[in-house]
Amino acid sequence: MQEKVAQAPASTSGKGPMLLALRGVGKVFSNGVTALSDVDLTIREGDFLSLLGPSGCGKSTALRLIAGLATPTSGLLDWRGSSAADRSDIGFVFQEPTLLPWADVFDNVWLPLRLKGVSRAKAAPVVMEMLARVHLTGFEKAVPRELSGGMKMRVSIARAMVTKPRVLLMDEPFAALDEITRFKLNDDLLELWQDERFTVVFVTHSVFESVFLSSRVVVMAARPGRVFKELAIDASYPRNEVFRTSPAYAALCRQTSDVLIGAINSTAGPHHDGH
Amino acid sequence: MTAIDHTAVTLDPEEARRVRQERLERIGRWLLPLAIMVLAIWLWDRICVWNDIPKYILPRPGVVLQTLFGDAGLLFSSLLVTLRITFLSLLLAVIGGVGLAVLFTQSKWVEMSFFPFAIVLQVTPIVAIFPLINIYVDNQTTKLLLCAWIVAFFPILSNTTLGLNSVDRNLRDMFKLNGATRWQQLRYLRLPAAMPYFLGGLKIAGGLSLIGAVVAEFVAGAQGQSSGLASRIIEAGYRLNAPRLFAALILISFTGILIFLVLSLISHLILRRWHESALKQER
Repeated sequence: MQEKVAQAPASTSGKGPMLLALRGVGKVFSNGVTALSDVDLTIREGDFLSLLGPSGCGKSTALRLIAGLATPTSGLLDWRGSSAADRSDIGFVFQEPTLLPWADVFDNVWLPLRLKGVSRAKAAPVVMEMLARVHLTGFEKAVPRELSGGMKMRVSIARAMVTKPRVLLMDEPFAALDEITRFKLNDDLLELWQDERFTVVFVTHSVFESVFLSSRVVVMAARPGRVFKELAIDASYPRNEVFRTSPAYAALCRQTSDVLIGAINSTAGPHHDGH
Repeated sequence: MTAIDHTAVTLDPEEARRVRQERLERIGRWLLPLAIMVLAIWLWDRICVWNDIPKYILPRPGVVLQTLFGDAGLLFSSLLVTLRITFLSLLLAVIGGVGLAVLFTQSKWVEMSFFPFAIVLQVTPIVAIFPLINIYVDNQTTKLLLCAWIVAFFPILSNTTLGLNSVDRNLRDMFKLNGATRWQQLRYLRLPAAMPYFLGGLKIAGGLSLIGAVVAEFVAGAQGQSSGLASRIIEAGYRLNAPRLFAALILISFTGILIFLVLSLISHLILRRWHESALKQER
């Protein structure tokens, strides 16, 4: 089933042209909480970038800012000179599948195109192709409650990808799934990413998931939410079960884990011992 | 997903007991109310006989049934008049309730401004408002319709408003991300999401519109201008024609039950594929 991509991996760190940069971005909510403080981050085309950090480090907020669902309090977003992305450049996958419960799988995936005025007949080939890409051929007529959690997430990914966005933003999409399903979805997501060559910004709190998927991991720290350290994951794609059980993967996880612990301590330290 | 064939597997005592229990409950659900009903009617009949109660005070069930058939022409033409008011007012309640709810969700300010008035209209007893309506409105049908509408529209309005406002936040973000217009958001997101709430309101409003129609006729019928079931009841009361009074009462009850069943069926058919309320419990 899974075709191996022969050519070289898309990019590790810093190879593609810049897609988006966050320059000194901060976000303060009306209740006074500083969700993000002075974040500098460059996202390059073809990146698989993970934002990794403890809860409250502002990784979801960062994603919402990139999506344009929120505006930064300070600093700016630079989409190659423009402050906002073209809407059709962005696909978003939420933590929950967030499907329309009354609509079947086809209608759910069709939705973004439908909102742009594409008729059912015109959209059908694209929708069916997208469903095939996420291995859901034959489930067009099923409604969400008839699907398992993993399948719902696949529908959600198909819906986000149906408009062929340049960047896919994912907010802890697999956090609620069991491990076997999560591994399978990780594999399939990587396969899709390698075939289509889009950019992914992936929010997660799992070290293992971020290392397995990403070309770059950005470790964030909390209070205030900020970038703690950036790590390049120097392992070639395609990555699969062999990589998942390799010593190299284990070493990368340990390395990333150490940085994450550093990020967590950098928060806890002054908080507990400061005064 | 797949039906389990109970005969194909050997069940342990616990499971067998559970299956037996379920089968009993299924039968009991129909049989018990029916048995109690029959018992009650039999008791009613006996009380009449034992106490020698004259039929102008409490007629025997058989007499009521006879009257139901004997006066069928008169009663059913009256039923039609009441039904017409009921359904027209329900239709208007749906249009008015949903229309206002949609208006409310378009702007918080509109909702804040007008919702209190809807509540005032709801909590004031319709019998107390009717004399005013009687003064200002000439047309008999309009009077009755207005009455029944006031009673029926509120549950639809309040339920639909609640439904339109309880759309998942992420879904709203998703529509926003895809550049949905206000109309698209209403058409593809808010209205379908509000459907279960609306149908719940509709079930309540169906019963209320019948009550509204009958009550309005009662108040109007006191002036001898109506020909619906309520005026048949008043008339029968004046003439001490208790059998017809009972017959008319039974017709109204059955109409109410029928309206409820039909609306429940509609609700089930619309929601059965996706909404929790319409799903069979799965173990």
